[in-house]
Order: sequence, then C-alpha cells, then structure tokens
Amino acid sequence: MPVTVRTFASFSEAASALSSDRSARYLGGGTLVMRALNEGDVSISTVVRATDRALMRIDVASSRVTIGAGVTFAKILAERELTFLHAPARSIGGPAVRNMGTVGGNLFAPNPYGDFTVALLALDATVSVQGGLGARDMPIEEFLQSRERQSGALVLAVSCQRPAGADAFRYRKIARIKPKGGSVITLAAHLPVSGGRVSGARIALGSMAATQIRARAAERALEGRPLDDSAISAAAAAAAEGVSPADNALGSAWYRREIVGVHLRRLLSGLE
Amino acid sequence: MTKTPLQFRHNGRDVAVFVDGGVNLLVALRELIGDMTPKFGCGQGGCGACSVLIDGELHLSCLTLAETVNGRAVETLDGLKDGPNLHPLQRAFMEQFAAQCGYCTPGMLMAAKALLDRNPSPTRAEVIETISGNICRCTGYEPIINAVLAAASGGRARA
Repeated sequence: MPVTVRTFASFSEAASALSSDRSARYLGGGTLVMRALNEGDVSISTVVRATDRALMRIDVASSRVTIGAGVTFAKILAERELTFLHAPARSIGGPAVRNMGTVGGNLFAPNPYGDFTVALLALDATVSVQGGLGARDMPIEEFLQSRERQSGALVLAVSCQRPAGADAFRYRKIARIKPKGGSVITLAAHLPVSGGRVSGARIALGSMAATQIRARAAERALEGRPLDDSAISAAAAAAAEGVSPADNALGSAWYRREIVGVHLRRLLSGLE
Repeated sequence: MTKTPLQFRHNGRDVAVFVDGGVNLLVALRELIGDMTPKFGCGQGGCGACSVLIDGELHLSCLTLAETVNGRAVETLDGLKDGPNLHPLQRAFMEQFAAQCGYCTPGMLMAAKALLDRNPSPTRAEVIETISGNICRCTGYEPIINAVLAAASGGRARA
C-alpha cells in the first residue's frame, strides 16, 4: 500500500509532522521502517524524513560525547574518539546494515536487536527528544520505559560520559552466528573504580526483557567492592534477578535465564 | 496517491522514473528500470541478495526508500562488467566455482567490490567480515571467500 513520504530540511519541521500524525513513522536508516513497509504494515500511512545535517553530528568533548540520531554505525566505527563504542557498533548487522542503521533508530529496535542501546544504557546516556511540546532531554531508562509512547517524538541525539578507561566499559553480545546475528543476550557494563573499589556500576542487558534493562541486583553485588572473584560470583548469581526474557528462535526464556550469569561472569572477568 | 519523480545515476547513466510513496530501491531498479541483477531475498535486511552501492557505499536496496537516492549514484552488478569483459571479481567467482544457484552472487559481488574498492589486498578475516551480511545457501562460503581473495590485487592477498 502506498504511503505518503514527507521530507523536511529541518528536524523541527519533521518533529511537528511526526507529532501531529499518529500513523506517521520517522524513517532513519530504513532498517526498521522499510522492513515494516516491505512486510505490509498497514499501521504506517506516512513516513517522515529529515535531511538536517544537525542529526548527523558527532561532538566529542573531553569527558562527554554527543552523537546525532542519524549517525550510522559505520560512522561510529570510523571515529577514533569513539573507540569505546566500537565493539557494540561492530556487533550489529553486516557492513550494509552498519552503513544504514542509525544510533537513533537502534533505540526503537525490538528484540533480538537494539544492541547499541544496551551499551548506551550501561553508559547512563541521555536522549534528546523533540516532541509536540518542545525539546527535552531524558535519561535513557525513562526513554526506554515509555518507548511505546515515543514514536510520535523525534530523537535528535544521545549523549554520554566517556568511560574513564578502556577497562571501565565492557560489552559482550552472544549470537548464534558469527560475526553477525540477532542477540541471544547482549551485556554491557560500566564499572567506574574509585580507590580500588567499584563505585556506581551500571550493568545493562539486551533480550532479557521487553526492552533493554539494568541488572540492578548484580550492580548492587559489585558496589563498594573490589572487582575480585567473590564480587564477580555474587554479581553472576544475581544476574537473573528481575529479568523477564521471552522465547524466540534464538533461545528460550529458560535458556537465557540459565546463561545470563555465565556471560556476566565472563564479561566481568575480562574473558573473551 | 501522487507519484514522486526520481532521478539518479544508474551504473553511470542518468535515469528518471516516477515512484509510488514508500517504494523501495530494489523495486524501482527491477520493475521501473529493468535491472534484474539485484535480487529480492528476504525484504528484511537479513540476506544481502539486494546489495547495491550508493555513492560507493554498500547498502541494502530493499531497505532503501527509493526517493532517498535522488541525485545520487547507484551501482548494481549490471554495471560491473566492461562490455563483453567480465570484472576480475566475476572472473574469480567463475574460476573458483563460487556460484551454484547464483541467487546470492549479485549481493556477494557488490559486497566484495565495496571491500576491494577501499582495501585492494584484504585479509581472509576482512573478506569474511565483508560478506557477513550475505547469505549463501548452496556453495558454503569457502569458494566465495577464496574467489574474493583471488580477485584482490594481483593475487597478493595476505593469508
């Protein structure tokens, strides 16, 4: 069924068009919306696009990075200042998907996709959104919890603190096919260390609930402790607390609960 | 529903067509321009059979809104050969028995071209990574990887 395509030069015009039409979807890289159209999704009658270069910007400050919603994973991989995000970017798709898929679109990607968002959740990212009521920044957790209601809002950018060191941020995606494939489980951990002890750990999981979630019990198990065997064992034992995974072709809910602790242990131990 | 005019370079030649809203580039290429070399596999971005180069960058034509290529250059397998002469990649695929049913071949060749255009002597690992978005259901991947390595500049590919 033909849809109406509305293309705007500025993101604010695109945001107004998006917020005023319930059946409109924003087209980023196309890997989600074009797929839906190819599959005959009749809930989409209008596709909104913006050609605004502002959505393609990457701003790297000394401690904080801001990435435009239209930045592709290939662009992230080409940016030396964003090496901490290279592992999640590389874990997505094949080269063509990485040339197309965007950081903003990944926030809306359902299971077993949305791996980059797992990394952003561990990094406590902020999502800048332009809605009918104007622009606002919201914590990524709040964004994900209300994701179903966000389709009328245009994501402009995400930003996060740069991790203190290469060891402070870790990422691991479990897939059936290497080097490409949907996620069985995706894990990311931000582990700031202060005086030899973990302080403010954030562990994020993908494919373990309807949206990406934090493993709060595992975070608590690490808090204030050195990252040693006993702390890692306590975190691994708590990894499945609060998760609600689903069955799909890549793995059953039971299997995901069984192995999440194993993979969290490997992630925290720095094992490949 | 009004149609949208669309102009772009198709294998070095300017083309102009009218597209319905929401039509993907694969449909535009096959049904409006008559270039049957990109294939429809999954329509989901999972198989790579529809791969084309847009301004030299590998894209999936089935997930590309046709009107987004307005004013840009699209290369398909149809533009790879030079008259009656096969492209070195095509010749290598033939010599290495890298095609059986041939359905994935256009996508494999375009993915390989995107790699060799920017990296003329890739490693085996780089070739594997390059075709990781392309599914082949008959040959297995070894002959395809070998063909890409054989086509790499002067056969000087590193192990």
